[in-house]
Amino acid sequence: MRVGLFIPCYIDQFYPQVGIATLQLLEKFGVEVSYPEKQTCCGQPLANSGYEHLTQPINNCFVENFTGFDYVVSPSGSCVLHIKEHLYGTDKVDETRQIKENVYELVEFLTDVLKIEDLTASFPYKVGLHQSCHGQRGLRLASMSELNEAPFSKPETLLKMVKGLNLIELKRKDECCGFGGTFCVTEEAVSFKMGKDRVKDHTDHDAEYITAADMSCLMHMEGILKRANSKVKVIHIAEILNAG
Amino acid sequence: MAIDSREIILKGILEHKPKSITTLPDLNFSKGSGEGLHKFIASASFNGSKVYRISGLTELRKYVRENFSSSDKILTTIAALNDIAKQAEFSEQDDPHDLEDVDLTILKAQLGVAENGALWLTEELLGHRVLPFITQHLILILNENEIVSSMNDAYQKIGDQDYNYGVFISGPSKTADIEQSLVIGAHGARSLGIFMMQEN
Amino acid sequence: MKDHAALADIFNRDEERVSWHDDTLWFVREKRDKVSKDIEDWEQLRNAASQIKDNVLSALDRYLIQFEKNALKNGVIVHWAADALEHNRIVLSLLKKAEVKSMVKSKSMLTEECHLNEFLIENGIEVIDTDLGERIVQLANEAPSHIVLPCIHKKKEEIGEIFHEFLGTPKGLSDPQQLTEAARQDLREKFLTRKAALTGVNFAIAETGEFVVCTNEGNADMGAHLADIHIASMGFEKIIPERKHLGVFLRLLARSATGQPITTYSSHFKRPLKNKEIHIVIVDNGRTIQLGREDFRNSLKCIRCGACMNTCPVYRRSGGHSYHTAIAGPIGSILAPNLDMEKYKDLPFASTLCGSCTNVCPVKIDIHQQLYKWRQVIVQSGYTDTSKTIAMKGMAFTLSSSRIFDFAGKSMRLTLKYIPFAINNQLNPWYKNREMPEVPKESFKKWYHQNRKNGN
Repeated sequence: MRVGLFIPCYIDQFYPQVGIATLQLLEKFGVEVSYPEKQTCCGQPLANSGYEHLTQPINNCFVENFTGFDYVVSPSGSCVLHIKEHLYGTDKVDETRQIKENVYELVEFLTDVLKIEDLTASFPYKVGLHQSCHGQRGLRLASMSELNEAPFSKPETLLKMVKGLNLIELKRKDECCGFGGTFCVTEEAVSFKMGKDRVKDHTDHDAEYITAADMSCLMHMEGILKRANSKVKVIHIAEILNAG
Repeated sequence: MAIDSREIILKGILEHKPKSITTLPDLNFSKGSGEGLHKFIASASFNGSKVYRISGLTELRKYVRENFSSSDKILTTIAALNDIAKQAEFSEQDDPHDLEDVDLTILKAQLGVAENGALWLTEELLGHRVLPFITQHLILILNENEIVSSMNDAYQKIGDQDYNYGVFISGPSKTADIEQSLVIGAHGARSLGIFMMQEN
Repeated sequence: MKDHAALADIFNRDEERVSWHDDTLWFVREKRDKVSKDIEDWEQLRNAASQIKDNVLSALDRYLIQFEKNALKNGVIVHWAADALEHNRIVLSLLKKAEVKSMVKSKSMLTEECHLNEFLIENGIEVIDTDLGERIVQLANEAPSHIVLPCIHKKKEEIGEIFHEFLGTPKGLSDPQQLTEAARQDLREKFLTRKAALTGVNFAIAETGEFVVCTNEGNADMGAHLADIHIASMGFEKIIPERKHLGVFLRLLARSATGQPITTYSSHFKRPLKNKEIHIVIVDNGRTIQLGREDFRNSLKCIRCGACMNTCPVYRRSGGHSYHTAIAGPIGSILAPNLDMEKYKDLPFASTLCGSCTNVCPVKIDIHQQLYKWRQVIVQSGYTDTSKTIAMKGMAFTLSSSRIFDFAGKSMRLTLKYIPFAINNQLNPWYKNREMPEVPKESFKKWYHQNRKNGN
């Protein structure tokens, strides 16, 4: 099984440890991972701003980098969803389709493809799980509070395998953190209030760490926590699953 | 002017609607819970209705006499209740505005819906359309064997029944427009008593 | 004119109030969740409702003609209005013909969309909104901030002030029960003396020519049954094929809207009372255009339950008025640009695309997908700042090649100079309330290059 590792642009630049944890974790399970070094970005920041029509060269770059793998795996639900829904228009139609069908967010890759049943990780802390919207509602990583459906949660399934980890309950299980890409600056007031409220739900329930399958939400909440001089930290789920 | 607009609108729709007609769904998926009476009582109570199970009208008479003083202001369309209420009969000359001081109205409902505690009435059961709204208090009588499980079943039963006006009433008039605080008694009846006639 | 972000910024100056607004609406959302989960076949119901509405849109002209034919047979008078102005003129002419100077009106979002009240008042007609929430905002000289809960933005103390001024309640009275009673007494007199009533239409049934109006307060019925002339205004998408389809929609509507199993009253108007009139005004007002927009036409499936507003984390924290249109929230943000793209170009951006709206929608409108698509249409139609376009082009250039991307990263250690949150200074809105991520000593790519490519 050959896996192409897709490390979103902001993780590459700001959170290399998340990329490293993802890579090491996959390697622990014997997956042959390689990181195409000419990758850049999925194009979502442009597309969500209404500039999808400018993303053609970015799409081409993505397809060039990720053609020929059995799977493409990334530690970001949002970027994966964008690829699934909006990667198009390259002249390499079959390759594009193949990528869209086989691109996985890390958590779902572990639960659905590798079918992980136990982990050696240990993380003896109280952890709050933030369900990032695109992963949850877009990729269906977990059941959604709005629907009448049987409860399930792929990230929770994995976190429950981690020794010592104490998963806290939240008042609002799957409310958005308000990051929303450029929304975080164009609608600063609402975005900040959303983030603040989300953080409060975790701190009210004594979280020591907030985790998620999307670093962008965590970056937003981290910014708020740090400004408030909070001791609570954010940590990507890959780092927890790779811990110890 | 109006005719032109009609044609312009219909032409516009014809040009802009989807090219093919999609099919209507089968509604038989809705089996309902099968629960009847107890679910109905629970639903009606949830809506703020008061439910009483009775074996005959005597118990209703007793309740009305105990709770409402003057029979002048009590109206009904049920002939058998003429000892406790005036018959609500309207001719074209009558002014429904005269109903403004009606204290209690007693009507018979055609059917009740278990899933939501709603009762179905058509115009001929109302005396006047405004009566169940303008009255301060409302009592509806329902035969226990006239309960259906869901709205889907209710409309199956209503079928192509012809009526001038029909209404589902599911409780007392209410509002939560002020800070989502539930207040009973908005513009319509302040209370709804449902008297369930037991099967015999 | 201020856009959503600017208006939301003003709303957010009172944080305590924002939290109160958010909690109040979340409470409604939770009630909806609970009651929808009591229905075993809830998701099938949503599918059925969605399919019925798809069918309606695909045969809308036929159903409207069928409805008109049956309504006429029932003795109901049918009018057609191409736009808001024509609707308003029809209503005015009916009132003038009936020599009526004052009218009671129950909730109708269509009349808000058409700005009927302002039009009638200018023409010397008094309009009395009778839904409690609408009455409150009318007295306060404001627009409704929510399609189902019109004065959800007002605190009871503020309502007490308004009632003190207009209805003579004691100063300082803020008990909802007593305030509602005061409105009941005041409006009862209005119901009894006005000769004309206007209501909205929740569902119009092609098969029978009848229409259904749902209220909790009973105000639509009080108005309609006591008046000599009842005018019912409906957007043409309110049509459903058969009476039995009400069994689907009435199960969904109130549960989605307020978490009630059904509204208190679901009134089926088929024929007028003797010597009285019922008029129906069927309104287009841009709906035909929306029907022709393939990506957006299914927004016309909306049954105006407001569930998308209650669940929207942005709506809850920005308030209905920040959407500066009659129908706020997610659904309003996909309807309004159809009417005036330039005026409402900000609304599709007033969302994080979290997708919760789509999940609660009882007729399964893909609201968040349409928000995304409107963004594309608005940008491509040129309704965007040039500076933003230049920045985006720069970003596309940077991200199109790893060579430029790496250079940008190395030169600033802030690859994302074109993503506005990446600039660490006081002028950046990100930095107003949030810290920047710490800059690591190397990028993942560099680490990989050293530890895997060469190291391994």
